Amino acid sequence: MSALLPRERLIVSIARLLEGVRHVAVGASSPIPAAGAMLLRALAERDGKPRVRISILGSREHNFFTNGSAELFDCAGQGRIDAFFLGGGQIDGEANINLVGTGDYPQTPVRWPGSFGSSYLYFVVPRVILFREEHTPRVFVEKVDFVSAPGTSPEEVYRPGGPHALLTSLGVFSFDRAARRFRLESVHPGHTLPEIKAATGFAFDHAPDVPETADPDAATLALLRGRVLTELGETYPEFARQIGADITAADLAACQPA
Amino acid sequence: MQTHRLEDLARMVPDGARLALPVDYAGVAMAMTRPLIARGLRDLHVVCLPTGGMQPDMLIGAGCVATIETSAMTLGEAGGAPCFSRAVREGSIRVMDATCPAVHAGFLAAQKGVPFATLRGMIGTDVLANRPDWKVIQNPFSDDPDPIVAIPAIRPDVTIFHCPMADRDGNVWIGRRRELASLAYASACTLVTVERIVETSLLADEVMAAGVLPALYVEAVAVAPRGAAPIGLWGEYPADMAEIGRYAREARTPEGFRAWLDGADRALEAVS
Repeated sequence: MSALLPRERLIVSIARLLEGVRHVAVGASSPIPAAGAMLLRALAERDGKPRVRISILGSREHNFFTNGSAELFDCAGQGRIDAFFLGGGQIDGEANINLVGTGDYPQTPVRWPGSFGSSYLYFVVPRVILFREEHTPRVFVEKVDFVSAPGTSPEEVYRPGGPHALLTSLGVFSFDRAARRFRLESVHPGHTLPEIKAATGFAFDHAPDVPETADPDAATLALLRGRVLTELGETYPEFARQIGADITAADLAACQPA
Repeated sequence: MQTHRLEDLARMVPDGARLALPVDYAGVAMAMTRPLIARGLRDLHVVCLPTGGMQPDMLIGAGCVATIETSAMTLGEAGGAPCFSRAVREGSIRVMDATCPAVHAGFLAAQKGVPFATLRGMIGTDVLANRPDWKVIQNPFSDDPDPIVAIPAIRPDVTIFHCPMADRDGNVWIGRRRELASLAYASACTLVTVERIVETSLLADEVMAAGVLPALYVEAVAVAPRGAAPIGLWGEYPADMAEIGRYAREARTPEGFRAWLDGADRALEAVS
């Protein structure tokens, strides 16, 4: 089997970050988190672990809500959703996220779609995984221009939920809610700590030697390339087709004599 | 109940109305967009439950909207909403930025006939900081400090959406798109476009009846085959992504938006 593709590494990383959850919801237009949730479900089934429920918004086959778009939020408010994914046009070192725009609000020169459900879900979903592929100083800023949802809250504010980890194209961070700081846990192969420091607009903690993000074992990769890509194709046909094509190209390249 | 023409429905929306519209995947009456624009409506306060797409973007591009209350404006895979982004940059529109469950809470309060509903989250956000109409109150049932946000009832003057079918009595089949019921319960007047009228009562069959919005909440119905296009309609047809993408590109400038409107007008005339 050919080497792991960068996007497959992200999918595998998400499945690891979700380990132990009972119900994970995935927002619209999020193929990589959806694939990670599907991989987690497939692994749990294979290993005889407790059943994992997934709710993929925008899917017919993997979404069981019947009470309109309010049901996700009601479900989360009841504590029935253990994990969710949020992104951000800007994310800062205290895990505040901005989905609204840059510059002075309201007349922002760059306007993004808006906060969606983030201002609520960040508070009530215990394990929120921040996911943003682009890892640059314009995304990872010292301080966000607009707080769609804050990383932490004062003690009197009801908050069972919050940031658990941050996954980017360069590495995996955990978030310490008490210290209000990210910690770099692993660097994806092919990248380095200095590269990540240069691409991040805020300071973060890390061990003297940050390990590489581990590859999945062959059985996990086979599950991803088989069942998971097939399931993903129902909701994200173009994305699943593209990954399939990339795998085929990598397989062919691996067969060519050097 | 008689069925109406799209123009009749458009005439039921006055200038300055608080107009509620559904999220793209619930059923958007795109066929109503042009008749609304053709009326030259002004000063609309558009409320999106809970986010908006091409329809409110077109209304903004045509200068019909003074205020938009929404959790997001997006064309989905096709990217940002071009007329909305331009209006924000130019400061020509007032945005009441929200978060999805807060909009749902406002509609729920109106549905119950109560002044507000409370909701967790939001404390410490700039969304809340910019919504003076939302209040942080103390949980009256707690002895400890427990701040919680109160969201006032949202009572639209008019709601417009699109569904697969209605019957001759004006009952409308909304399936599991319950946000359409939320819109209708909260609104003074609900206007519905449908793919088709069925001759048997939708309430005659218990399986269908579970997904029916009764005529009690429906002011008027008009037939508009493919009335959600180029947005898709659940169970009926998918979105025309090429056409939405073309809109996303062309509407980036006011001239492009006008040309897109005119071009589509010509295409309509050629058909009729």
